[in-house]
Amino acid sequence: MAIVLEAKGLNKSFGAVTAANDINVAVERDAVVGLIGSNGAGKTTFINMVTGYLKPSSGTIDFGGRDITPLSPRQITRLGICRSFQIPQLFNSLSVYENLLVGIGIVVSGGKNWSETSHHVGTPGEAVDGMLERFKLSDYRDKFAGVLPEGIRKLLDIAMAMAVKPKILLLDEPTSGVSADEKFTLMDMVMEAVRAQKVTVLFVEHDMEIVTRYTQRVLAFYEGRIIADGLPAVVLGDIEVRKYVTGEAHVAGGHHAAH
Amino acid sequence: MNRDPTLPILVAVSVILLAAGPFLPRWAMFLINVSLCYGIVVLGMMLLMRTGVVSFGHGLYYCLGAYAAGTLDQVCKISDMAVMLVAAVIVTALASAALGLLLRKYRDIFFAMLSLAFSMILYGLLVKTSSLGSSDGFNIAATKIAGFTVAGTSVERYVRYALTVVCAFAAGAFMYRYLNSHMGRLAEAIRDNELRVEYMGASVRNVIHVNYMISAVLAGVGGALAAIAVGHIDPEMAYWTTSGEFVFVGILSGTSSILAPFLGAFIFETIRSFAYEYSPNTWQMALGITMLVVIMFLPGGLWSLFTRKRKAA
Repeated sequence: MAIVLEAKGLNKSFGAVTAANDINVAVERDAVVGLIGSNGAGKTTFINMVTGYLKPSSGTIDFGGRDITPLSPRQITRLGICRSFQIPQLFNSLSVYENLLVGIGIVVSGGKNWSETSHHVGTPGEAVDGMLERFKLSDYRDKFAGVLPEGIRKLLDIAMAMAVKPKILLLDEPTSGVSADEKFTLMDMVMEAVRAQKVTVLFVEHDMEIVTRYTQRVLAFYEGRIIADGLPAVVLGDIEVRKYVTGEAHVAGGHHAAH
Repeated sequence: MNRDPTLPILVAVSVILLAAGPFLPRWAMFLINVSLCYGIVVLGMMLLMRTGVVSFGHGLYYCLGAYAAGTLDQVCKISDMAVMLVAAVIVTALASAALGLLLRKYRDIFFAMLSLAFSMILYGLLVKTSSLGSSDGFNIAATKIAGFTVAGTSVERYVRYALTVVCAFAAGAFMYRYLNSHMGRLAEAIRDNELRVEYMGASVRNVIHVNYMISAVLAGVGGALAAIAVGHIDPEMAYWTTSGEFVFVGILSGTSSILAPFLGAFIFETIRSFAYEYSPNTWQMALGITMLVVIMFLPGGLWSLFTRKRKAA
């Protein structure tokens, strides 16, 4: 399988805190990768470095064979890496329809700068209605984004990232704030859309049920390092992961239990 | 779903104003003319407000447009209204393209204060320039339009008035289309959430720059038309109180329709004219009270009177 994203020797520190410590990851095309770890382990720092929001202290990030480390978030987005947010970032005074239309408008008006996958079929309005249907948001079409319930906001946030036709989608805790009986429906919808558009996915998640059900590979973060990388069952069974991430092996954890 | 009546209303009002012109008393014609000039400027302010930034220095472009028209007459002896308008457009577009490079990096009070500073620089320069009349300014005579000489004072007056009506219509129609385009939606998206706009791949700074330029050109056109209508210009047009009036009318009007700035400007000018006539020493108080009432009861501006009714229906 072709490597689409590769991080080489990434380091990032904020003063005395090391948020990324020699991160080396290669992600294959169309893979679905879960990022796990306790708070402050470096998952979001990793996402922020890939999207250009934070510059690594050292190391490089390659996307499709191109070094994207020095690029701005906007340039990286235009190359095809999009993200959703832990706290949904919406246009609150616009309707759900308009929120997505802004995204598709950016794709359409972007012209040649856009990656080849970015051509929508039909008018922008039709493309939006198609997306509303796919994400089961049609009932909320004309509601202002500011008044939506949290689960719908979360879904719209992810749909907006998909609207700009990414090659890689980074999801920051897609099911946080979503009720237990809605989280699988949400993930099913997202994964279906992702498969239809052939998008590689990396997502940060604390819910191990979601991780085991939807990923083919898991990266476990601890104190800025990747302590395990592999199949979900293998990583979640790893003794260090059980000690530092999932917290199942507290007794063996000794002084680390305080984390 | 009801069709948006904005464009039909714009066409109808423009036609009525053009047709009624010859029958209007002189004072009413002048009042409408000046209100429309103001309305064009405030239309640009509205675009900036919708983008989430407020300029406290649009007097800069209002004055620049007027002086571009005035110096053509004064220095180059060209008194063609059409040429004056083109000159105002070119000068304000170039100036805003340059200043926008700096302003696009700032938001909120910093954007407002920096734009105010630029306008006060122009004011200072003009006050010190004796060849352009210093603080007294100078008279301008626009006696031709697109090559034709306009003869007779009443004809001249109507032509100036009609030119303003046509320009206001064109500005309104342009803004209507612009706000309903991708760029127009992007402006509101930026006001809501700049971070997300960048993470969807659009440049916030570029959009703010473009919208700043559009609003500057509109202010320049408004300034040139006001210069033609009044026949006199002075550096006060760049003074911060003038810029403040544009913001005032912008808030008074509301930003939800392109018709709002024209209505707001007309009400503003009417209150000002009558307040000035009846209480020359305290006329600002009448404006202040109006503003207070609008902010307390119509926080969305005068235009929310109409949108509110439509929602209830």
